[in-house]
Order: sequence, then structure tokens, then C-alpha cells
Amino acid sequence: MSFFLKENNSIPNQMEKLEYERPIINKVNAGMPDKFGMSTRVPVMSHIEEVAIKDIMDQYGSPLYVISEPCIRNTYRQAQKAFASRYPRVQFAWSYKTNYLNAVCKIFHSEGAWAEVVSGFEYSKAVENGISGDQIIFNGPEKSKADLERAINDGAMVHLDSLDEFYFLGELAQNLNKKAKVALRINLDAGIYPQWDRFGFNLENGEAWHVLTRVMLHDYMELLGLHTHMGTYITAVSAYAIAAKKMADLAIRLFRKFNHSVKYLDLGGGFASKNTLKGAYLPGSDTCPSFDDYAEALTSALLASELPPERLPLLILECGRALVDDAGFILGRVLANKRLVDGRRATVIDVGVNMLFTSFWYEHDVLPTRLKSEQTENTTIYGPLCMNIDVIREAVQFPLLQRGDAVVIPRIGAYNMTQWMQFIKLRPPVLLIDEDRKVHLIRKQETYEQFNAMETIPEHLKT
Amino acid sequence: MKLKRNIAISENGFLFNPETGDSFLLNPIAREIVNFLKEGNDVADVKQLLFDRYEVDLVTLEKNLEDFLEMLQHNELLDR
Repeated sequence: MSFFLKENNSIPNQMEKLEYERPIINKVNAGMPDKFGMSTRVPVMSHIEEVAIKDIMDQYGSPLYVISEPCIRNTYRQAQKAFASRYPRVQFAWSYKTNYLNAVCKIFHSEGAWAEVVSGFEYSKAVENGISGDQIIFNGPEKSKADLERAINDGAMVHLDSLDEFYFLGELAQNLNKKAKVALRINLDAGIYPQWDRFGFNLENGEAWHVLTRVMLHDYMELLGLHTHMGTYITAVSAYAIAAKKMADLAIRLFRKFNHSVKYLDLGGGFASKNTLKGAYLPGSDTCPSFDDYAEALTSALLASELPPERLPLLILECGRALVDDAGFILGRVLANKRLVDGRRATVIDVGVNMLFTSFWYEHDVLPTRLKSEQTENTTIYGPLCMNIDVIREAVQFPLLQRGDAVVIPRIGAYNMTQWMQFIKLRPPVLLIDEDRKVHLIRKQETYEQFNAMETIPEHLKT
Repeated sequence: MKLKRNIAISENGFLFNPETGDSFLLNPIAREIVNFLKEGNDVADVKQLLFDRYEVDLVTLEKNLEDFLEMLQHNELLDR
């Protein structure tokens, strides 16, 4: 009947059948040429740190998180080197809220990082992870009476966020008859939009100077440092130079008036990771400044300031995102392929926004672990939740995967394992691949029993 | 289910619909299906031909073929 049938008849046995991929038809749309010549090939990720993804999923199921210890250590050392080679006194403080899994925190602490915490809960974690009070930076708008008393007793660095907190801390320190070690969180205009003015005290309108004076005159407070944190995912390194200069000038003004040298300047974090923001034309991996770029701008401004070389304050950095994003991966599987009314392909995977919070602002890569061909279709990738918001990618050229095929989403180490939601599903397990490529379970899959044990039912509803 | 008569398809899977001016790219198996349909095979024949020729289970083939035919319909390449 046809040459195919003839060909078919000539096939001697089942073994010689051709490899299958599903049929697709893509409409040719003439659009604007890509002047940057971006590759349209979909990369394949079959291994993480030389461990086969297939082996991991066979043992631990799907979905799950994987963290690479070698990647964390390499990234940390790059950042440390970038700053320490330009400025004599540098200290990183691990931003707990970015990823407070104990194993992750302990890796950072073993590399020399202090702890930067923003709640009593995080403070307790830092203490349990072996960090002494004098290496804990206590930030954030909410610090309870018990939190502050513990911080005063431990000698932790309390970063004041409001005038109310200043009064509250002063009162507690007086009652304990101890001096609280404090720094002032300062917000300033470094050309960043939006300007984060909700945290701390404003520099330009004089509020910060006013409160600094009061701290200096307080009998139960010792001013250790000045702190600013301008924003998040800041790609303009020049902003750090402006902020560093303003902070240095403030430290000098303080010295002139009170003959007091601050022990440290904390320039916060906010460095971008290599993820691509929604709406960005170029991928984040091409546009994100390197640690050297940030370090060069920031330290040059400090060294060029009037800070006396013999009394240079310690430079503290509280990077989170830029240090851990690359080290995290989510592994998942295709649940279903569907067609939307307008003909677009929709693929449902078992990774939803409940475990990938950052998909609200990043265009995360969703990669196959093996490919049969280079064919792709314009696809919307949905998560498994019965909620319309559960969209992982609105539109992406995606390979022709079938139900059950594995996918991997790289660069998810920051915020996803803290902002994850117990919503519709329980939280999946987290694995760590160590430097010897051994796989460890560092957080178990949550269970129905654990979750339900938190609830109580009133007597009248028990029957 | 018949393909519109004047649809043109090249050896490397470039398909042109002169009625609408639309062009499409097909992967090799999709090109085979279109050629089968052009030759007058019905859907059951096409399914059998593909099943004999490719390493695939019947359920996967059925749902993928159905989806592909829907896309031909969606792109107005089939006679109603």
C-alpha cells in the first residue's frame, strides 16, 4: 500500500523497531530575529555532582529537593576570595531565612560564616548549629521580649529596626543590668528602586543620626556597627559603592562627634543570583554581576573613603540568594500532557508553586534528564495543584516528554526550602550530595500523621 | 478523516497550506502520519502502521495520535 508498509513488512523482528517520539506540528511564525543569537536547544541534565538523577529518583521517589554541598562550598569560597582579596577584614554571616536547613547552615558555618537571623526561631537554630551569641546578627522587625533578653545575655548583635524597639531593648537591658550590643539598621538612597524604607532608620532625613546619638548616650547600649540592606536581586553594583560611601561617611561623623569607632559596617546582601527574572530579555546567567564585580565596587568605595586605614571596620556581608541558589535542585516527573483551547501544549508536572515559591518571579529552567530528539513545542508548564495560580512556566520551548519522564529544575536553593507551603500536599524530602558524592537524607518527607497531630477537635465536634 | 487536498509537505517536514498561507514544521513521525493520510489511509491503519514500526505501547500511541489529529484540525488542515 505504501512504502512504509513495505518497509514495515521487511522488519524481521521487534528488536529493530524505531525509537518513538510523539508527533508534533509547530506553526511557523515569522517574528523579530533574535539579535543575540540565543541558543534554542534545551540542555539535558542527567546527573547532579556526578550522581545519576535516575538513581536518586528510583530510591527517593518524586518530587524531591537535592542540594549540592560542593556547589555551596565553591560558591562561598569564590565570594570570600572576591572580598578578602580586596579588603583586609571581611566576614560573611549566613542569611538563615534563605535556607535554614541545619545541614545547609552547618556547611556555611564550617566555611567560617556567622549567622544572620530574623526571628527567635532562627536564633534557636543558629545556637543549635553551634554558633555563639557574639557571632549572631539579630535583624528583623519582630523580636520578642524573650528573644531580646536572650540576645542581651548572649552578647548577640541586635540590629535596631525602629524607635519602639530602641526603647524596648533599653528597658530590658536596664532590667538585666547589662549592656546590649547594638547596630543600627539604616535605609538610604543608593539609586535603587524601590527604595526599601520600611526597615530601619532613614539616613537622608536625619532620622538615623538622631537615633545613633541616642544609642551613643544610652547607658545600657553599646554601638558596635552600622547596617544597611538596600534590596534584593540588585544587579547595579554601583549602588553598593554609593551605599558603602554613605555608610563610611556616617561612621566618620560618628567618630568625630563621639570619638567612637564602629567595629563593623554591615552592607547586607541583595546580590543577584543567576536566575532569570520574569520579563527579562536576557538570561540571568549572562546579566548577573560576579562576586568580583560587587566586591570591586563596594570595597573600592570603602577604601577610597576617609576611614582611617588603621581603624578599618570589619566588613560584614549577609548574602543568601547568591550563595545558595545554584546549589539547589528540584526533581520531578511529568504527570500529564494536555492541549489548551488555543492549541498550546500544556504539561503538568508534580512540582508546584507550593514547593517552588520562586516561580512567582523567576523564569526557572525546567530541563529533561534525557532526550530522544531536539524537537520542542511551545508549552505551558503547570504544577499539580488544583489552583489556577500553579504555573511553573507560562511559555517555554519544551521537549516532547511523556507521562512519567523525569524533569529537573536547577537553581532553586534560595528561599524555596523556607517559603515552601504545606498546601494541598505535604512537603517533600530534601537530599544532600556531599563532597564524596554520597547522598544523605537531610529532611524527611512530611507525613500525614505529623501534620494532623498539630490539630485538636473541640468536644462538641468529636462525634 | 481526510487531509485537505492541496496541502503540500516536503521531505524534511515543512508543510504549507495554500488556502491560508500558513506554514508548519513537523517532526519525522508527524510527517509520516501526514503522508499516510495523504495516501488515503484511515486512522486505524495509520495507528497500526506506526505501532508496527515504532517502539511504543498502544496507549501512548493512541493518545499521542489523537492529540496530533486534533492539532491538524485546530490548524484547519483537515476536511470536515
